[in-house]
Amino acid sequence: MLELLLQTGVNAVYAASFMALVAVGLVLIFGVMGVINFAHGELYMLGAYTVVYVYADHHLPFPLAVAAGLIFVGLLGIAMEHALFRPMRANPLGGLIVSIGMLLILQAAIVAGFGVRMEHIPPPHQSAIPLFGLAGVTIPLQRLITIGAAVVLLGGLWLFLKRSRFGWALRACAQDAEAAALQGISLNQTARMAMFIGAALAGVAGALTAPLVRTYPYMGHPVIVTAFIVIIVGGMGSLEGAIVAAILYAFVSTFVTTFWDGVIADIVGLLLMLLVLVVRPYGLFGKPERA
Amino acid sequence: MPSRLAWPLGLTLAGAALVALPHLLSFSQQEIAVFLLINVLLVASYRLLTLTGEWSLGHVVIMGVGGYASALFAKLAGVPVPLAMLLGAGTAAAVAYVLSFPLFRMKGFYFLIGSFAAGEVIRLLWIKFRIFGGPKGLKLIPPFPDLGPIAFFDPVNYYYLCLVVVGASLALLYRIEHSRIGLTFHAVHWRDQLAEAVGVDTRSYRTLAFVVASFFAGLSGALLAHYIGTVNPNRFDIAQMVFVLIWVIVGGTATFLGPIVGVVTLTIVNEIVLRQLGTDELRPLFYGGILIAAMLFLPGGLESLGPKLVRRFGRGRAASTPLEPRPPVKSRGYEPS
Repeated sequence: MLELLLQTGVNAVYAASFMALVAVGLVLIFGVMGVINFAHGELYMLGAYTVVYVYADHHLPFPLAVAAGLIFVGLLGIAMEHALFRPMRANPLGGLIVSIGMLLILQAAIVAGFGVRMEHIPPPHQSAIPLFGLAGVTIPLQRLITIGAAVVLLGGLWLFLKRSRFGWALRACAQDAEAAALQGISLNQTARMAMFIGAALAGVAGALTAPLVRTYPYMGHPVIVTAFIVIIVGGMGSLEGAIVAAILYAFVSTFVTTFWDGVIADIVGLLLMLLVLVVRPYGLFGKPERA
Repeated sequence: MPSRLAWPLGLTLAGAALVALPHLLSFSQQEIAVFLLINVLLVASYRLLTLTGEWSLGHVVIMGVGGYASALFAKLAGVPVPLAMLLGAGTAAAVAYVLSFPLFRMKGFYFLIGSFAAGEVIRLLWIKFRIFGGPKGLKLIPPFPDLGPIAFFDPVNYYYLCLVVVGASLALLYRIEHSRIGLTFHAVHWRDQLAEAVGVDTRSYRTLAFVVASFFAGLSGALLAHYIGTVNPNRFDIAQMVFVLIWVIVGGTATFLGPIVGVVTLTIVNEIVLRQLGTDELRPLFYGGILIAAMLFLPGGLESLGPKLVRRFGRGRAASTPLEPRPPVKSRGYEPS
């Protein structure tokens, strides 16, 4: 029983790291640009398909495929910012709606290129590492790499936001775009940067987990549902909130899935979110909106 | 033409065209016409909800609640189908009323996502519990009973049934929008603080719009369920909701006719153009492109084309209602970190 509990805990840590990568990107985009990017799950899916293309189809090294996923999806994010979100800046609901259009286009493009069937990706690492000296508790190396990458990337993002001038500019835009613009901060440049980072994080999450999950064109849907729950529970616009909520949600969801089943876990997750919204309509770490 | 005559004449002509329509269509097109009428009711009810300024992502699930409830009333309780349809619509309204308590604590984005989550919970309950038939849904739903020689499995006859039900519902929705209550909905949307200051309980008007819109969405779901004889959770998923959004946005939401124009136009384009292209899987590409193009180049929707054309070609005076520009949603003070 102890082994099962520990193993479930380890699985939850993995789930939390991957959810945090997706949710933090979503929060960053929302914070700086005021746009809810509904196509975020599809950016994650594209990261996974970059691995399919580079690693599984062309047999190049796996780390190269992950780097390609980061850059490709990040650049796509910049293109989306430029072509879609910038003209919609006056109307945040408009940004959400064009991102729904983008979601449909990206899904259809992948279906056209790869077909609807599930892709087979040979696992780059077969080994599993025993933990706590117990035979029943192991973590596959691929999951451990995902956890490590999440910690490094999110840590790097935190340093970037807190320490660099550009990070300050991003946070200033998130607090008050107009005042930031008056101080000479370029809104276009910060929006581009936020979109690149947010999209690239989703792309990396997709690339790293591609060998571990079912890779098919509609894999983004459950991811975006989860990410919404996480950013609502955490409070939209709060990066710390997103990370804490990702951990909370991952543990609840993983334990309920292990001890009951997946559908119950989804229901519990959604009810958790509705409960948070009823008690604190602006999320655990959010601030009450200024009227 | 004096405008006093134009409306009754236009309605009569449109009605005659709608009555004649199924006889000009092939069998599969007749079925599409039935679905189109059901979707017209769905988008018209959605517009009533958007009048108060809230955009829900759960409307299609509410439609499904109407379908499931009506099917269960007819199948398990043996309620006559016409009554079951009304009970189904009533159930949808009741579910919406219960949901309004958590949902209307939120506004804007939070409401959008909250309604999405509430809808997903309902869908997961359908998948989870056997009474709803699980992932495969309910089958063998009793059809609408025959009226003497008129059999409703024939799409032409069901089309006429839908025409009556949808027509009556649209008339009701139109009356509601143009009543004192409808004007208050507008006030709640555009000037909510002012409305509250003069004693309007904005929360209860939002709830009222949500409940009434859900009643008619549920009715459309019931019409659908008893026609195709089966309902399942996938039929009411977020992809369907996205189509509703596309219809509504491409049509425009400033006028009563806007969403209806949107759903009719896109359905016709879909059937004529895309059927030729084949491949169902590429259809989202087209819809995504249309949605983005509409947002970027035609923010007022198709409905805004009418007055523009009238003005350009100078036929008579410009249309009656000037389009009110949509003010940007207020910034809500987001702060990462």
